[in-house]
Amino acid sequence: MNTIFKIHGGIHPDEEKQLSNPGTVLDAGVPPSLILPLSQHIGKPSSLCVAPGDYVLGGQLLAEADGMVSVPLHAPTSGTVVAIEPMPVPHPSAMNNLCLELECDGEDHWIEYAGCEDWRVETPDTLISCIRAAGVAGMGGAGFPTAVKLMARDRLPLQTLIINGTECEPYITADDTLMQVDAAGIVEGAQILAHILGVEEILLAVEDNKPAALDAMQKAAKARGGDCNVMTFPTKYPSGGEKQLIEILTGKQVPTGGLPADLGIVCQNPGTAVAARDAVCFGKPLTDRIVTLTGRALARPGNYRARLGTPIEHLLTVAGFDPSQNRRLIHGGPMMGFALESSAVPIIKTTNCILVPTEQELPTPPDAQACIRCGLCAEACPASLLPQQLYWYARAKDQEQLERHHLADCIECGACSWVCPSHIPLVQYYRAAKGMIKESKTEKIRSDRSRDRFEARQERLERETLAREEQRAARRAAAEQKAAAGGADDPVAAAIARAKAKKDSAGDESANS
Amino acid sequence: MLTLLQSYPLFAALIALLGLGLGFGAVLGYASVRFRTEGNPLVDQINQLLPQTQCGQCGHPGCKPYATAIAEGGAINKCPPGGQETIDALADLLDVEPQALDAEHGEEKEPNVAYIREDECIGCTKCIQACPVDAILGAAKLMHTVIADECTGCDLCVEPCPVDCIDMLPRKGGIEHWRWDLPEPNENKSSIIATDRAAA
Amino acid sequence: MSFLRITSPHGHSPLNTAQVMQAVLLATIPGIVVLTWFFGPGTLLNIVFGGVLALVLEAIALGLRDRAPQRHLKDYSVLVTSTLLCIALPPYAPWWLIATGILSAVILGKHVFGGLGYNPFNPAMVGYVVLLISFPLQMSSWQAPRGLGEIPGVAESLTAMFVPASYDGVTMATPLDLLRQNKGLLLDDLFSSTPQFGQWAGVGWEWVNIAFLAGGVWLIYRGIFTWHAPLAMLITLGLCAAIGFDSGSSESGGSPLFHWLSGATMFGAFFIITDPVSGATSNRGRLIFGALVGVLLYLIRVAGNYPDALAFAVLILNFAAPFIDQYTQPVTYGHKPTKGDDE
Repeated sequence: MNTIFKIHGGIHPDEEKQLSNPGTVLDAGVPPSLILPLSQHIGKPSSLCVAPGDYVLGGQLLAEADGMVSVPLHAPTSGTVVAIEPMPVPHPSAMNNLCLELECDGEDHWIEYAGCEDWRVETPDTLISCIRAAGVAGMGGAGFPTAVKLMARDRLPLQTLIINGTECEPYITADDTLMQVDAAGIVEGAQILAHILGVEEILLAVEDNKPAALDAMQKAAKARGGDCNVMTFPTKYPSGGEKQLIEILTGKQVPTGGLPADLGIVCQNPGTAVAARDAVCFGKPLTDRIVTLTGRALARPGNYRARLGTPIEHLLTVAGFDPSQNRRLIHGGPMMGFALESSAVPIIKTTNCILVPTEQELPTPPDAQACIRCGLCAEACPASLLPQQLYWYARAKDQEQLERHHLADCIECGACSWVCPSHIPLVQYYRAAKGMIKESKTEKIRSDRSRDRFEARQERLERETLAREEQRAARRAAAEQKAAAGGADDPVAAAIARAKAKKDSAGDESANS
Repeated sequence: MLTLLQSYPLFAALIALLGLGLGFGAVLGYASVRFRTEGNPLVDQINQLLPQTQCGQCGHPGCKPYATAIAEGGAINKCPPGGQETIDALADLLDVEPQALDAEHGEEKEPNVAYIREDECIGCTKCIQACPVDAILGAAKLMHTVIADECTGCDLCVEPCPVDCIDMLPRKGGIEHWRWDLPEPNENKSSIIATDRAAA
Repeated sequence: MSFLRITSPHGHSPLNTAQVMQAVLLATIPGIVVLTWFFGPGTLLNIVFGGVLALVLEAIALGLRDRAPQRHLKDYSVLVTSTLLCIALPPYAPWWLIATGILSAVILGKHVFGGLGYNPFNPAMVGYVVLLISFPLQMSSWQAPRGLGEIPGVAESLTAMFVPASYDGVTMATPLDLLRQNKGLLLDDLFSSTPQFGQWAGVGWEWVNIAFLAGGVWLIYRGIFTWHAPLAMLITLGLCAAIGFDSGSSESGGSPLFHWLSGATMFGAFFIITDPVSGATSNRGRLIFGALVGVLLYLIRVAGNYPDALAFAVLILNFAAPFIDQYTQPVTYGHKPTKGDDE
């Protein structure tokens, strides 16, 4: 068994995993209409290639990837494109974004799709384009285009692939369930990804609070050839954060501002691995995912396989939502999920959980009190930051000190806010401060450009004025020179003399006749 | 001499002080010549903090002239596009008290971008000449258009346009520019004692 | 339907500020019980009187500062301040001494700076130092412990507090006093000739310190604060005492055991320097903070003007705490210099 290392800090909230019956996948069905945001990933939104009124089949391409860092979007079922306009999307801002509304015809006709016969003989580039064409993005929550992540093989030497089955956040059991029902798919997906990346070492990470999943993964790893190592480690939040997991499994730390690829490591979510396998082996695009619907305000919590674009309202009805007990709808888990304003928003590629707690389960937080500088936050921080100092500097909007205390290394896990005895929403301060720093940097670049343009314009105007002055002076000098040289040579005087002569001669003639 | 000093200690003190004064004066004088800085670096530092809109709302023809005025002791609260944030930053730099924005010079508004309604443009170049950062593209009798990324929203082009075809539209918007707000402080932090609240 | 928009995280640990303060109060109980046993009900009365007065003053101060008193009084923080101060004050002190101390601690030590969480100095120590400097006589008259003098009853304690002129208690020098005033006697002789020294560090005092040690260890176990500051202070104090021990000669500063179990050592180590608001922030900083308190405590005890120096040592280190914080940041994830890095 390989050695496990420890991370600094971390907390042990109540796990509440059994509430959603991990290991069983229920079918959420297909709702009457699906809302598909064009941006379900990091990078540029996909660009449309259908129009309202078009009839599409399941799996048909709806929008292409726009540029390198982007993914295509496919129809999760057959139906008619009804509208393409800004609609509510799952985003903490509660703003609208461009979406495609698909009215499902209930028939679920699909396109024909086919994958590679034997992926082992294909080149990595071919496999990457299969994955790209299937619209696979990171399904653990970030949504980074998988094909782009895999292209790290061209830039950096890579040694290790880690499949992140940690799922350290309470309540969420989507990855746990996937590991129990399709461990073989995950392992094959991992092998495909390893083949693409050219790495020898595959680590399948499972936290020790998932014995059934661990068992399934170990059996699958053994069955498919022994190149995968299943690694287990003690449960702690946030062990599943990419940087923390790398530290646990390898003892190395991702350098600040860098990527795991800088250490030769690539991390992928198990759902992404299965999606990659589907893309490569079957040619099936990413059109559905397992979503954990949990919380005690639901009568039937569980893990549901739902099509992308399913409105959350539909899922809440399927799971038996009781609105009288609940006031918060959370997209994601209790530690890092954001609250949604309305349930009309759809699920997207990165939705791993919808949490619907009762008031007793997750009470509305009381007002924040004064910070008593107890330091519990610093003890809990997995990045070894000083959250207390960051809090004071964020309140003071002191950008310099925030940067000196390494605000950029905060992974926004929320452990500090969780332990704070004064209920201060610490991680909210850091999110806002990061936005403020980003905005002020952008503003600075803009204002520097404006200043440069202004100064350039001033110079131009001065140059033009000077040039005009010089011209005028030159002309004046030339004229004076001419006048001083001699009147007979003066063309003006000569012209006047000619005119006069003409007039006189005309006058003589008229006088003579 | 020594006996003189011993019998009149006052003289000794005076000579000592005089000597010290001359000594340090010489050192300072040398330093002021040897380490002289060209120009006034303070003006550049102030200019760095100003928003570079070049709008003239402060009463000066551009941000650098206003920076010069501030360096000479002018008021720091005359810049509406910079808003309270700029006033606070200037107060911090100059070690003075921050003040509220002087309402005479305008109000703090959301950043805008100019937009020319091309159907109505007559190609007179008046707006091009007015723009302090050359953000309008065009020539005489040809179409004019605003380069949105370079426009500072200073408003100076709106007046000269004879057909009034320039709109000022809000710059921000869209989910890509959204950012989190700081949490609300739950009490009115600006009142230290109860009577502050009445005054506020 | 519209839902509440609250930011993550959506769960919380069960611990809150009021519970932290309550735990600290609970941990002082063993020490208070032992103090009462050895010195009579004076300390208890001090605590009750001081507590009531502190609550009233805090409510007034909060009202003046336009903060809702009902909400803020519930966090027990002022009770902790008043209890700690009253434990440190001599029992049977007159009421005006306690009142002045509480007033200084609550108003000057806390509210003037902005209330809970904003005070740079330990409020209880601010109150104590104000009293020590203004009323040195009253502050140095300690009741003789059980076995060496009469322990007053409740009625007498009340008289002592409210009608101080008519109270006639039996006071005695504390062991630390005696050690300072020692002229020429070897330590062993001093100990055997003076009954106040008890077994290791003073009749009554040794048990008081052990009781506070127990309370402090329980607080560490509960996670109210970390072991860094108290352990650093005790180890450094012991080291200094060992260096200054001089084999028990007449110039000796006292053995490490003596210093650990006398005066306000354990009380200070676990209840005063662990005050989160005025101490250092990071664990490394707390080690330095505790160590320096230990050094200063020993120095002032042995070479300074006051027999027990905890208050001064703590206040001096409170000045230094922000400086210590600035230079003891932990190494953030991803900033560890690795081999082969070109930086």
